[in-house]
Amino acid sequence: MDSNEPMLLLSSRIGQIGDLGLDLLWRFLHIVVSLFHIVSGIFEAIQSYAISLGLIQKYSSVDIEKLRCLAVVLDIEVARDVAKVVELLQWLKTIGVKQVGLFDSQGLLKKSKDMILEMVPGSTLLQETGEKDISPDRKEGIAIEFISSSDNKEAVVKAANILLKRHLKTSHPEKDEGNNVFTESHLNEALRVVGENVHVPDLMLVYGPVRSHLGFPAWRLRYTEIVHMGSLKYMRYGSLLKAIHKFTGVRQNYGV
Amino acid sequence: MCRRENNDLSGNDVVQSFITGSGSFPTFASLNSQLRILVLSLLPSTISDPKNLGTVLHFIYLSSGEGMGGGIRQLLEQVHRLSRRCLFRVLSMGPLPTHLAFIMDGNRRYAKKRGLEDGSGHKAGFSALMSMLQYCYELGIKYVTVYAFSIDNFRRKPEEVQSLMDLMLEKIKSLLDKESIVHEYGIRVYFIGNLGLLNDQVRAAAEEVMKATAKNSRVVLLVCVAYNSTDEIVQAVKRSCVDKADRDVERIQLVDIEENMQMSVAPEPDILIRSSGETRLSNFLLWQTGNSQLFSPDALWPEIGLRHLVWAILNFQRSHSYLEKKKKQL
Repeated sequence: MDSNEPMLLLSSRIGQIGDLGLDLLWRFLHIVVSLFHIVSGIFEAIQSYAISLGLIQKYSSVDIEKLRCLAVVLDIEVARDVAKVVELLQWLKTIGVKQVGLFDSQGLLKKSKDMILEMVPGSTLLQETGEKDISPDRKEGIAIEFISSSDNKEAVVKAANILLKRHLKTSHPEKDEGNNVFTESHLNEALRVVGENVHVPDLMLVYGPVRSHLGFPAWRLRYTEIVHMGSLKYMRYGSLLKAIHKFTGVRQNYGV
Repeated sequence: MCRRENNDLSGNDVVQSFITGSGSFPTFASLNSQLRILVLSLLPSTISDPKNLGTVLHFIYLSSGEGMGGGIRQLLEQVHRLSRRCLFRVLSMGPLPTHLAFIMDGNRRYAKKRGLEDGSGHKAGFSALMSMLQYCYELGIKYVTVYAFSIDNFRRKPEEVQSLMDLMLEKIKSLLDKESIVHEYGIRVYFIGNLGLLNDQVRAAAEEVMKATAKNSRVVLLVCVAYNSTDEIVQAVKRSCVDKADRDVERIQLVDIEENMQMSVAPEPDILIRSSGETRLSNFLLWQTGNSQLFSPDALWPEIGLRHLVWAILNFQRSHSYLEKKKKQL
């Protein structure tokens, strides 16, 4: 029995050393990944400055007509930095974007909406019905929409309740399978009634640490190109132009 | 080469196939270097009687399963498996995703790029899927979801849709085989989507597989066929409403819709990988991916490999604490 104890101790020590070795290998792998990100970040920064200075011909003109609706998803931390958001909106206006939806999951930007609209000259609040009224005085301006997570799942719940009421009004709700009340177009219409904009953004720019849509209204995300722009604090005009330019080159099949 | 007596037929066939490259026997080009040397060294002695060459080639072919060529292949496979196990052991020192989703895009482009005939891109895609599933389950990822066929895909040419349905039927049936990956890993399979849109045979096969694997609980595979996220949301709303109407309740809540979503059998995906470099979700898991990290490697789906999976997981591990914090905030 005594001989078992040193053996157990030895094997547990070997196990600990093994785990330490694996842990070191894991950290080493992550150092390599971080180095890769640092180097690619440097290259991107250089390219972005070159684009801003107009040195790269390819990006000097952008077919902005293709971008009808842009969505910008902001991480909560970055959404607090209203000055940066305003600067981004001004850049978008310079590029010629006509319609922008600003999203942050907790609705911080919705609270600052008046301040933002005031600070961006020529900006207007996009009507909730999302009607496309291209009036002459709006040609130079930018229409901004403020979106938060309450426009995602909660809005679908509200729309579902509208459809439920409609279904209950049919003469025999228990026999009716609901095929003429519950279709995609009916839900779409119910969302409009609830006050939601149902237009599908063509392009989504994500400013935050991770490429994720962070809970943007699911109903509108079908064919949206999702691009990760990095941190808002270090945003660059060249990267913005590059992302929009790349979008204009995309060709979608829509599943066909 | 004229035909000889009956017992020479096999030798003649092999030589013919060997030279013309037709039939199921290997060609000279397909042999490994050691076998080529062997064949070349035997040629002088067989030139007087081609029957001897045929017999020798036949022998090489028959023994390639257990002989030199096969042995080397098996050894390489073992080495790959061992190094993969070591790599996965290292990766598991950090947080691992519970649920991985894949959009298998790029099969047609792959076939075009390689100059193959139309359906073979999808067949190559299926093998890529099997490899990825194997890696995921070896790594210990419990849920894997794949986007096999979208409702939008029904709008493709009828011949293409039919050949995809035939391929799906064949592969779904193969899941029931004893040697399939389902039995190897104890996979529970779900088919998610508007199954009513599929033809009767495919639907019946899918239901059979779901029933046969219902008792498995180790790992889960969710195959989205005839699926659209917007359709899933509408169906969930419909089911909750009809259910509430039946019970005379006039109000729906979020929890009702959530539990009626077909994907409620799995937690939200941690990672969503779309191959072929496209950056959109194409109506896949829009409701469930609020906290998911999205990756778009440039490789076409049949070209996807272990390196893409490892890269995605390493990046997931870097952002894991951020995503966990976000989940707690909501």
